Amino acid sequence: MVEPILEIRELRKSFGALKATDGVSLDLRPGEIHALIGPNGAGKSTLIHQISGSIRQDSGTIRFLGEDMAGLGMPERARRGLGRSFQISSLAPEFSALRNVMLAVQARQGSSLRFFRPVMTDKSLTEPAMAMLERVGLAKRANLPAAELSHGERRQLEIAIALALGSKAFLFDEPMAGMGPEGSKALTGFLDALRHEAPILLVEHDMDAVFALADRISVLVYGRIIASGKVDDIRNDPEVRRAYLGEAA
Amino acid sequence: MSTALLIEQLLNGLQLGVMLFLMAAGLTLIFGVMGLINLAHGSLYMIGAFACAVVASLTGSFWLGLIASLAAAAAAGAIMEVVVIRRLYDRDHLDQVLATFALILIFSEGSRWVFGSFPLYLDIPPVLQGAVSLPGGGQYQLYRLAIIAVGIAVALGLYLLISRTRLGMRIRAGESDREMIAALGIDIQTLYTIVFALGAALAGLAGALVGALQSVQVGMGEPVLILAFVVIVIGGIGSIKGALIGAILVGLIDTMGRFLLPKTLALILPAAQAGMVGGALASMLIYIVMALILAFRPRGLFAA
Amino acid sequence: MIARETIINTILALLLLAVPLIAMAVGEPFYITLSTRVAILALAAVGLNIALGLGGLVSFGHAAFFGIGGYAAGILATHAFNAEPMLFGVEGTTSMPWIWLVALTVCGLVALPIGAISLRTSGVYFIMITLAFAQMIYYFAISWPAYGGEDGLSLSVRNSFPLINTAKPLPFFLICYALLLLAMSLFALIRGSRFGAALQTARQNDTRLAAVGIAPFNIRLIAFIISAMVTGLAGALFADLNRFASPSMLSWHMSGELIVLIILGGKGRLFGPLAGAMLYVLFEYTLGGITERWQFFLGLILLGVVLFARGGLLGLLAGKARHG
Repeated sequence: MVEPILEIRELRKSFGALKATDGVSLDLRPGEIHALIGPNGAGKSTLIHQISGSIRQDSGTIRFLGEDMAGLGMPERARRGLGRSFQISSLAPEFSALRNVMLAVQARQGSSLRFFRPVMTDKSLTEPAMAMLERVGLAKRANLPAAELSHGERRQLEIAIALALGSKAFLFDEPMAGMGPEGSKALTGFLDALRHEAPILLVEHDMDAVFALADRISVLVYGRIIASGKVDDIRNDPEVRRAYLGEAA
Repeated sequence: MSTALLIEQLLNGLQLGVMLFLMAAGLTLIFGVMGLINLAHGSLYMIGAFACAVVASLTGSFWLGLIASLAAAAAAGAIMEVVVIRRLYDRDHLDQVLATFALILIFSEGSRWVFGSFPLYLDIPPVLQGAVSLPGGGQYQLYRLAIIAVGIAVALGLYLLISRTRLGMRIRAGESDREMIAALGIDIQTLYTIVFALGAALAGLAGALVGALQSVQVGMGEPVLILAFVVIVIGGIGSIKGALIGAILVGLIDTMGRFLLPKTLALILPAAQAGMVGGALASMLIYIVMALILAFRPRGLFAA
Repeated sequence: MIARETIINTILALLLLAVPLIAMAVGEPFYITLSTRVAILALAAVGLNIALGLGGLVSFGHAAFFGIGGYAAGILATHAFNAEPMLFGVEGTTSMPWIWLVALTVCGLVALPIGAISLRTSGVYFIMITLAFAQMIYYFAISWPAYGGEDGLSLSVRNSFPLINTAKPLPFFLICYALLLLAMSLFALIRGSRFGAALQTARQNDTRLAAVGIAPFNIRLIAFIISAMVTGLAGALFADLNRFASPSMLSWHMSGELIVLIILGGKGRLFGPLAGAMLYVLFEYTLGGITERWQFFLGLILLGVVLFARGGLLGLLAGKARHG
């Protein structure tokens, strides 16, 4: 069996009486898209936060590339190759799209303590950043401040940033949210190809996209994984239909 | 060192703590409910002291002066809120700092215009003059004991107000969820004005009470304001309980530090040096304590 | 086409240079001193602007560094004058470059622990804690009798600079002016650099910065230290200008004034501190000539700027600030 890139065991996190994560185990293997679905309030974002390091778990382990992430904050995990996008876009709003990506390029080069050389004429930053914007289809909007981009474009920008970081695994929290049908379709095609670069843990409400993309699906309800497996197994799982898909059907 | 002296210093520390609580309670309430940092809170303290001094000298009654101090500070607070502060709630902290810094300049220079640069004096009311005997044979000023009693009464009153009354319920709602209280149909603007005026009245009361111990002059609010900041930072901004405990802690540490540090250092240093080093250290002591507390609990002891 | 802001900036820089030259020509040395005051206050505010404007760190305690710089000048000069060595037998000095070096070093060393503790917090806590640390140093200064205590520390003559007669107003102005231009260049370089990109992202959205793998704390701490050092240098010059290191340099009013300078001029802008300092000294001089209570009107003006003209002077003249 292939060694998983990301391996989560018995993760638990409570906020007061609320068990937001209640013994979750899952893994992410090379080349796959592992979709995480579940109703609102199931604890999907809390789980993503724990993996990326912005929330600390109460117990359980998160191993990434064989290394225990305990005690490492978000910056350290990002440096080790965990790239994430946020459910609510998180960008530097005054900076242009290009500068947002340039920051990731600079972070990847590990060189933020340079005080004198201007970044805007530094081809080692601008060129890779521009290439990433082209990949996600934002090249034409490169010079617009992030705050002036549309909702969908900000999502694309977040993905461009994760790409520029050279991430070894992606955590995408609802990348399709707020996108029109055209945008969703384009992004679906893009993610489909991206999985060969690095595996993706995908939180998504758009079921068409999930069924089209996912290699495996895990269903999270009230902080627990109630089912996990291949797309067809999940689609036909009676408990999943009752707990979750039943809502939409 | 005698027991009586020690008790006297402890009481002094308690009295300072109680005064700081009157200031800090208003500051922390205003921050908790409205999310506003108000540097001009020290000006309200000064207004209370001036109002008390002026009315007491006109009428000859300290008590009328005290009522005047509450009324004047509350009125000044309400006007301040309606004219300026209201526009600052959705601004960032930098704008709040600057605007309330501007208010300090306006209030300080304005008072100097009206009252001149010379201090006014306020007499302790006859009923509270004199001293009580302490165990161990010392004497303690009755007026200072009265201040401690007022402070305890205010703390109790605030506790009852917030936990038992409709206004208190709205204040608690405002702290936890601003949208909810709008949804409950509470007139949020009026609530904010009331909370601001309440905080102002407490500051004014503190100013009037201290005015009889020291002199009443422009700028008297500023050192107290900064100590009150230290108090609420230690206690946790937004927490009244934190303000109370922080205030007593700061009052005791500051007073006891000034009293004990030079004496303690005298055991290892020559007397003159011990006085100098001890005095300098004592004046920094509460800030050192604050730094230590924050190094372990960055959001204070009772973060809301 | 040259941007409007560049034209305004050039005019401001030339104006500050022209006033003392003209004053010299017509024999009105008072205006040279006034311009020197502008240059030094602007320098202090340029320092604060690195933390506040670029990093969004509202330090309400930069008077601490301004004052430490001033006392560095005062203490070194006093020891040199009295020919008494200081602690560990170090000699005092009246040479400005050495004094500046000491001021920069001491401010950096003091800013390290203050920043490290204060930056564990944010928002209002940060404002109040920086204020409290500055008060701590203020109270230390007034209760430590060895260097004047509440009376401050007088310098009997202005400190010296190789080959320049600093006792004359114009050469001293030119030294301050040169240092101001140098500090502004440093600000511009930092703003455009990789470090500046990280620092400005920390202000706009520190989660984003952490998510790309850069720890916001480290970036902010370095910015805070650099900022403190520049303000400390200004403090050393200020003591030389007045021949007096005063505890009021450490007071919280001073911290407030430094923030006011930045906001009057325009936050985060290269020339904001200079524009603000010019405006401030102009108010002080003109209003102060009319009434002793000029700060009352300064308060009203400041209130007006905060409530209705948030871009400051440069915002009014040159429009909204732009980012690359």
